[in-house]
Amino acid sequence: MRPASEAELSDLICAAQGPLRIAGGRTRDIGKPVAGELLETGGMRGITLYEPGALTLVVQAGTPLAEVEAALASESQRLPFEPVDLRALLGRDGAPTVGGMVATNASGPRRVQVGACRDSLIGVRFIDGAGAVIKNGGRVMKNVTGYDLVKLMAGSWGTLGVLSECSFKLLPVPETQATLLSEALDLPQAVDLMSRALGTPYEVNGAARDEAGRVALRIEGFAEQVRYRLGALQDALGGEWEIIEGAASGGIWAGIRDVSGFAGRAGDVWRISVRPSDAPALVAQMGCPVLLDWGGGLIWALTPEGTDLRARLGAFHGHATLIRGTEASRAALPVFQPEAAPVAALSAGLRAKFDPRGILNPGLMG
Amino acid sequence: MDMPQPSPAILSQRARILARLAAELPPEALITEEAECRAYECDALTVYRCIPMAVTLPSSTGEVAAILRICHEEGVKVVPRGAGTSLAGGSLPTEDSIILGVARLREVLEVSTADRIIRVQTGMTNLSVTGEVESDGFFYAPDPSSQLACAIAGNIAMNSGGAHCLKYGVTTNNLLGVTMVQMDGTIVEIGGAHADAAGYDLLGVICGSEGQLGVVTEATLRILPRPEGARPVLIAFDSNEVAGACVSDIIKAGVLPVAIEFMDRPCIRACEDFAKAGYPDCEALLIIEVEGSEAEIAEQLGLISQIARRHNPVELRESQSEEESRKIWLGRKSAFGAMGQINDYMCLDGTIPVSSLPFVLRRIGEMSKDYGLDVANVFHAGDGNMHPLILFDANKPGDLERCEAFGADILKLCVEAGGCLTGEHGVGIEKRDLMTVQFTPADLEAQMRVKDVFDPRWLLNPAKVFPLASSAARRAA
Repeated sequence: MRPASEAELSDLICAAQGPLRIAGGRTRDIGKPVAGELLETGGMRGITLYEPGALTLVVQAGTPLAEVEAALASESQRLPFEPVDLRALLGRDGAPTVGGMVATNASGPRRVQVGACRDSLIGVRFIDGAGAVIKNGGRVMKNVTGYDLVKLMAGSWGTLGVLSECSFKLLPVPETQATLLSEALDLPQAVDLMSRALGTPYEVNGAARDEAGRVALRIEGFAEQVRYRLGALQDALGGEWEIIEGAASGGIWAGIRDVSGFAGRAGDVWRISVRPSDAPALVAQMGCPVLLDWGGGLIWALTPEGTDLRARLGAFHGHATLIRGTEASRAALPVFQPEAAPVAALSAGLRAKFDPRGILNPGLMG
Repeated sequence: MDMPQPSPAILSQRARILARLAAELPPEALITEEAECRAYECDALTVYRCIPMAVTLPSSTGEVAAILRICHEEGVKVVPRGAGTSLAGGSLPTEDSIILGVARLREVLEVSTADRIIRVQTGMTNLSVTGEVESDGFFYAPDPSSQLACAIAGNIAMNSGGAHCLKYGVTTNNLLGVTMVQMDGTIVEIGGAHADAAGYDLLGVICGSEGQLGVVTEATLRILPRPEGARPVLIAFDSNEVAGACVSDIIKAGVLPVAIEFMDRPCIRACEDFAKAGYPDCEALLIIEVEGSEAEIAEQLGLISQIARRHNPVELRESQSEEESRKIWLGRKSAFGAMGQINDYMCLDGTIPVSSLPFVLRRIGEMSKDYGLDVANVFHAGDGNMHPLILFDANKPGDLERCEAFGADILKLCVEAGGCLTGEHGVGIEKRDLMTVQFTPADLEAQMRVKDVFDPRWLLNPAKVFPLASSAARRAA
């Protein structure tokens, strides 16, 4: 099924007799495998409204992300949250869509400064499991009119409704960027260094550590501003740094964003969100290769297939998601972090209300 | 303003219900004398008042849970209250309700500059949170103008904004975790010092739910390093259109100021008379502030001034010192006080797309003539959040009603222009009956379903947010 409009989408869901497997570009094959009829959103395509002077964009959910990014680039603007592109990591081709990005709340390194996808998302239109067309939020940045279902839809993996339109707050693309690259550091040193960097007023908007232990810090802005901040940051942190500028700096962060370090390597890949200062001890328990982003708040871990990473971690503050796993791993292990009973009850309650027949990506989130 | 009839069954059981609460709470946590309860009869929307059945002031999450559990068992409605600064009537009691105030929950639970978080009890005021981390060079970003008095609990309930949200976002963008007590007394932990939710973004829907989903007793907030410095530029224009075009050009040029404030002529005049800030005589005034080191500020202000000059400003004044910055902000910060001096006023809070600014201002001007009531406009231009102040005379019969009708028309205009009813004050009771202007029945139904999940008996913060007709069946159930 491939509806060409929101109205058609609503009709299809109304008429659906069984489970639906919702797909944008099918580039984020994550979660428990869903058995159901394929419902593709790619037919709902196009930019509805783009106002560069108001930093706002309204776009149909099936629009390829590349199309959006090209339109924004022509006005030197961008989606602030640097959406992660997992195609290489997951071994997929195809074109990621806006709806898929929102449904998975896909955010990249700049999350430390501008927040996640959900923080830039200011409006949605979607069809719930009963076929009702629902809008929430709008196209203005400040809006507290009624409950915020916009946030609820971001990261709900298509299980509460099928997105038909999304609105975003945008940011200008800064004139230039540069990266400071450290020598190899052990984990506690690296996390401490990233914390100190993010605690300076120099607006570090990327802080990551690669597998070899090198810490990368990114600064963006006007050319003079970047030059000044690079100097001030080095003075504040001390130590030896390599400076990488312009396009080369951009390349480093594309690699960090897309978890390139683990692409093409065998094993399961986990994504763990923690408070940064907990990261060193948790990584020690994992005993596997890791990449750190978000100043240590995001850990990507490469484990042998079928490893129950959560069992190694025990109880911890945060959550672990199995992003890449064989069908066997995904069948054996919860893909998403199991929730405490009162939270699980709320989640189940919401699912039952928004999808009473249980037909939208049933079972995907476990 | 319609409010549901109080429940005779609950009122008749008042003594027994209060005795149950008294048995569980320390004496200082329960107020039952009518004279003392009167202090809680309204919030900052003072035109509506109602004395609650009792007021509870718990000092722990456990006490909050005990109060809610008893009220749930008895079917008593509960109105959560932060500092009572809501401009939308968000904590207006009903006669058959109990107030649950968080004012005594004021502990700082943890500060970590390494993880850039602070965890507090939610009775703390907004400004005192920044006070806790200031000496470490950090601050809490959302800065509603009531920040000296307003509580974090209320900020979370209303998803409060402020003047600086163009760069730093509003409460929801700075909230990482909560401890919340549900209406049945269940204590739930959502989020924490880590980023993003494990499953559904419950935190996102709790923030801004106007105290209708649960009572948040503790919160983990994101703190940010304080910028090296900040300085404003004041730019005066002889038309609203040109000022609007200038804002748009600045944004398109890639500068991201922390604040862009806009005032129109009536507002400028009133502020000038009141605060003597030395504002020029003009149609529209922009105050634009940027942050960074001295050199960065100079570079950004230079760029802004260059763009502004292309629009032939009447005057352009870059602040060169602390004293000049203070003077530029003085008039803007005293805008509401200035209006209060000359008149009674009603402050609106609609948001519009920045591009419709000239159209909306022109229409408000025309409507002002039709209604025979003056309006002054002051607002956050970067994000389109308007604050039209309608001036009226409370002692003149019919003036308040005309003012309310005019206000409703302005909010409808905001929605028509592609915006919304409220940008940062919340719906409360004030805009409750206008919700159908912005939302279809299906849109409202979807929101009410969330309430069904968190508070199936609809006991928390009754008669707010949803039009009474839309929620009638649920409230009766």
